Amino acid sequence: MKQKIKPKVAFFDLAGCEGDQLQIANLEEKILDLLNLVEVVSFREVMKEHSDDYDIAFIEGSATNDHAEERLKEIRKNADIVVAIGACATIGGVNSIRNKQNHEEVGERVYGDNAELSELYISWEKAKPVDAVIKVDYKIHGCPIDRDEFLHVVESLVVGRVPNIPDYPVCVECKLNENVCAFEREEFCVGPVTRAGCDACCVNEGTRCWGCRGLIDNPNEEAHMEVLEEYGLTPEDVMKEFDLYFTWQKEARENE
Amino acid sequence: MNKDIDINVEYLTRVEGHGNIVVNTSNGNIETCEWQVVEAPRYFESLVVGRNWKELHHITSRICGICSIGHTLASLKATEDAMGIKISKQDELLRKLALHGENMQSHVLHVGYLVLPDLMSVGSVIPLASSHPEEVKTVIRLHRLANEMSKMMAGRTTHPQRLIPGGFSKIPTVEELEDLKKRLAASVEDLNTVADLLAQLAPGIPDFTRETEFISLKSDDEYALYDGYDFSSDTGKSDVHDYLDITNEYEVPQSTAKYTKNNRESYMVGALARLNNNYEQLTPLAKKVSEKLGLKPMNFNPYMNSVAQVVEIVHSVEDSIAIIDELLDKGLKPQKNFHRPDVKVKAGTGVGAVEVPRGILFHEYTYDDNGVCTKANCIIPTNQNHANIQLDMEKLVPEILDKTEKEIELTLEMLVRAYDPCISCSTHYVDVKFVE
Repeated sequence: MKQKIKPKVAFFDLAGCEGDQLQIANLEEKILDLLNLVEVVSFREVMKEHSDDYDIAFIEGSATNDHAEERLKEIRKNADIVVAIGACATIGGVNSIRNKQNHEEVGERVYGDNAELSELYISWEKAKPVDAVIKVDYKIHGCPIDRDEFLHVVESLVVGRVPNIPDYPVCVECKLNENVCAFEREEFCVGPVTRAGCDACCVNEGTRCWGCRGLIDNPNEEAHMEVLEEYGLTPEDVMKEFDLYFTWQKEARENE
Repeated sequence: MNKDIDINVEYLTRVEGHGNIVVNTSNGNIETCEWQVVEAPRYFESLVVGRNWKELHHITSRICGICSIGHTLASLKATEDAMGIKISKQDELLRKLALHGENMQSHVLHVGYLVLPDLMSVGSVIPLASSHPEEVKTVIRLHRLANEMSKMMAGRTTHPQRLIPGGFSKIPTVEELEDLKKRLAASVEDLNTVADLLAQLAPGIPDFTRETEFISLKSDDEYALYDGYDFSSDTGKSDVHDYLDITNEYEVPQSTAKYTKNNRESYMVGALARLNNNYEQLTPLAKKVSEKLGLKPMNFNPYMNSVAQVVEIVHSVEDSIAIIDELLDKGLKPQKNFHRPDVKVKAGTGVGAVEVPRGILFHEYTYDDNGVCTKANCIIPTNQNHANIQLDMEKLVPEILDKTEKEIELTLEMLVRAYDPCISCSTHYVDVKFVE
């Protein structure tokens, strides 16, 4: 029987916690199925071998310096499809909290008087998502990514289909889970403006939505108005109140 | 003997984060022998400044995907210490289970997926999936059990949710705990398989020793992981609030991660340090496995850290069963979902110290009257090991110069991997370079 040619995939990481690549290890037995679908040619976290000949590149982490920019341009040149995985790569993640802080103070808080000691410490004033530097074809959101969504994207790309990534707010999934609304519990929640696809996993575990999958494409039109109206809020109120994950997106949208 | 060697491993593989190994010799003289950490800085100590006490553990969990439960716990303990928040005995036991789950997950990942390929002379676990399917499936089963346990306690396997200041937002049910206990007990067979495999492969572990200082938590009551006092094999006991007297961080030009030293030029943290300092408090089966694998205190071979991790997996399984028994015997006190512990916000400074998979971890925060963070310091285990790795390399390289360049490179890579470095925590890189 003739063996079908498997697409070659590679994994890369910039500034991040590598928790998204960890979700691939966390597929457990399903990793073996994944290996039947694709050929992994580069994955520094788990293998010594490396090749620049790949079709699909998965990139985790934010770009924070010139070196990252060079690496990204090289990856874009080599890959047919570039997929950003995880909040740091898709929307800047918690890294972008510092984008609003004074850059000099940021360096001093971490390295004290030695902030100038090494050129390795040099970082851009802003941490950026991957698509601020190179063209990105698909994004797998979340902090960390959802394992099943990752598998869905890989399976789609292998057969040449466009993966299905939700563009409706987390409230929709949260309601289906019959959670007590965070606002009713007097907590602040960004579920009404945050992209779904996580099954409201944080609220299910007793907390609130923190916004890690980023803003939906058009919060003013697509926000979960029912919840907002009930508590006398607008999408702007929500976005203004809480910006753990939205710093880069809000700035980019203001500049549009 | 090689007169001229040029090793330049850029971005060491099968470790978390980015580090380089550079070794140059000319006419048999070592010109460069460096462990370089080149991870892009992520500035967590600045990210948290200006943020509310309810968000700090959520942000600092993101320091590391693999030890996110450990970072969360250190963060919560620092906040609780700063504001004088007490947690219940039940919550403490549940937190200990969460930490055991993560330590097991991380150790299985490291030994099974990252170290085993070196001992079996392949580049990654991928070829082992077809050449040794049963062994790989055993590793996967243990990894899955550890992850499912973490999820049961913390709500998610990575970046937990249930762990909050003052306790838990949601706790497992009696039925879930009973089920977990059964599964942990049933995993002993798999643990023995892994221990047997490692015993077979043990001759491949390099025989290298360098006396050093070991630092870990220690407790009078148990093998310290969640809580205890600081303990150095050289200088003894100290209060966790005085952690800066132990860590003495300093910056070096070849690294974006800071280095540390206490009594000597370097010290070691992690599974081997804990085992050396607290061997007597291991569970009976863990001690038995340790003996079988030829590991007893004091052991000064850093490569044995991976063996110590296997011993700790066994300890975590046995101790978790004991904790579940204690919880069930006392009767699990039910708690409503979306629980919010009563917290009185106040200004203060607090320290949280926890033994996470790679060693002792410190978080320290200062809060103002409104519970807004004004200052933070996080000292991560891998940082505390960088200087020790550097000094190991300086002793090891002259001892192995008669080997081929390829063998030297592998021996050095295995050394760094044995420490299970989490470089993106400590800030990101491993790269070995040989020069002709």
